[in-house]
Amino acid sequence: MSLDTPQATTRVELDYSGGERLTMNMGPQHPSAHGVFRAILTLEGETVVAVDAVIGYLHRCHEKLSETLTYAQYPSIASKTDYVAAMTSEFAYVMAAEAIGKIEVPKRAQYLRVICAELQRIASHLLWLGTWCMDMGGALGGGATIFLYAIREREAILDLFESLVGARLLYGFFQVGGTRYDIPAGWADQCRKTIADIDSRIGEYEGLLEDNPFFQARAQGVGYISRELAEDVGIAGPLLRGSGVNFDLRKSAPYSSYEDFTFNVPVETAGDCFARYRVRMVEFRESIKIIRQALDKLPDGPISSRPGLKSVAQIRIPKGEAYSRVEGPRGEVGCYLIADGSAKPYRMKWRGASFSNLAVLPHIIPGVKVADVVAIMGSVDPVFGEVDR
Amino acid sequence: MTHEQAKTLIGERFGGAQIEGATLLTVTVPAADWRPFASFAKDELGCRFFSFSTAVDWKEQGLEVVAKVDNVDTGLSILMKTKLGPGVSECHSLVPVFRGADWMERECYDMFGIRFDGHPDLRRILLGDDWVGHPLLKSYAVDTPHPPYR
Repeated sequence: MSLDTPQATTRVELDYSGGERLTMNMGPQHPSAHGVFRAILTLEGETVVAVDAVIGYLHRCHEKLSETLTYAQYPSIASKTDYVAAMTSEFAYVMAAEAIGKIEVPKRAQYLRVICAELQRIASHLLWLGTWCMDMGGALGGGATIFLYAIREREAILDLFESLVGARLLYGFFQVGGTRYDIPAGWADQCRKTIADIDSRIGEYEGLLEDNPFFQARAQGVGYISRELAEDVGIAGPLLRGSGVNFDLRKSAPYSSYEDFTFNVPVETAGDCFARYRVRMVEFRESIKIIRQALDKLPDGPISSRPGLKSVAQIRIPKGEAYSRVEGPRGEVGCYLIADGSAKPYRMKWRGASFSNLAVLPHIIPGVKVADVVAIMGSVDPVFGEVDR
Repeated sequence: MTHEQAKTLIGERFGGAQIEGATLLTVTVPAADWRPFASFAKDELGCRFFSFSTAVDWKEQGLEVVAKVDNVDTGLSILMKTKLGPGVSECHSLVPVFRGADWMERECYDMFGIRFDGHPDLRRILLGDDWVGHPLLKSYAVDTPHPPYR
């Protein structure tokens, strides 16, 4: 057993003279990672003193790939970055192309985009809630209880997506200038019913969790992120708002008609796992509010300002550059696009929310117990398709 | 601080900077001003939120490093850029200013081979340690197999 770990770079010197240091691999195939992630932990007893995060197992070089695909082809590939919230990355990509090309998006398409983005946020948060609670397992009296409920609700949303686009996970719903499909007959009613069901049950899940002292013990005061660290590392979404920063792109830089809807942005100041949990639980309800308003006010009209696609090289974007960003379930998903006048981008950069969020781990994990690493990882909600891109 | 005030302040402090854009301020600074400008944006413009950093390969004109910082209270966003010049792949690191630059610059090194001076731990992040080449360079062909890719 080596006393020295050459991989570990962040090291906290504790006043500890008792035992030896142990290097432990958590991953790449660890259930709590929700993907392929390897954390090389240096332990003193049960306490983590250093961590080296190894990522890249799912790297497909989307940025190089996008230089070889046209503006018509890439949106459906974009969904494969964050596959748990596929709508979000498609959204960011088409918005960047529309910004450079100064392409108008009809009001109906903007509302449809909002409806899908918010349904996606609920679906993504449900998967987070279920898996996070399962990670913390036995403390919640069986562990899989919340997971099965959450997956049940998520299924109903995936059914909605399936009847809209024909796919359940990776959609290709967005295209430059609008959306690819309009909602079929009866979809709006089905959507209202689904969100009403979820709305009526969220409170029960909160009750199940928050009345449980074990859950409180594992979430409260664990994984503290200060406001200063949050901004410095650039973490976004529920993590940033859980650390007391009131920053939500839907409010601070509204896009796609978000200014038409009334909703609140939850902010918690504690900065721990429990604060991040609270932010997401309120976001369920706010998303439901937005969907209801969008369905009520859904305007008539075309769903795209461009003619239907007949060839892959049909969309040409003039020379220029733009940075577009949307508020995804995990925070700011940005697309920095440089166009050279052809049918393919010259350069495209993804600002993956999960990548930045995960980068906070080496700053907060040293000093915690191994069991808390699992709780903290879950509260960060990383999706490794988006981390590795 | 409004965008106009920020523009004036940047113009006063950094004479060599080119400032463009309305909602997203694009500021191009000489490579020597890269880190001083980042400190200035953080401390004096309140852009404490580190959004991302990356690079662009402009072929014979060389590499350009790009970073974006935000002021989450006022909504001021700055896209800062610096041109390294043909054949140059050294740049000052922003890690002493923003901790978020750590992983971003490692990715940038991985993809473009840019060596960031002052980075505490510059090594590949997404690709394996034995990977040859830097894929996002325009000279890196997409259709030929590269070792160790088999």
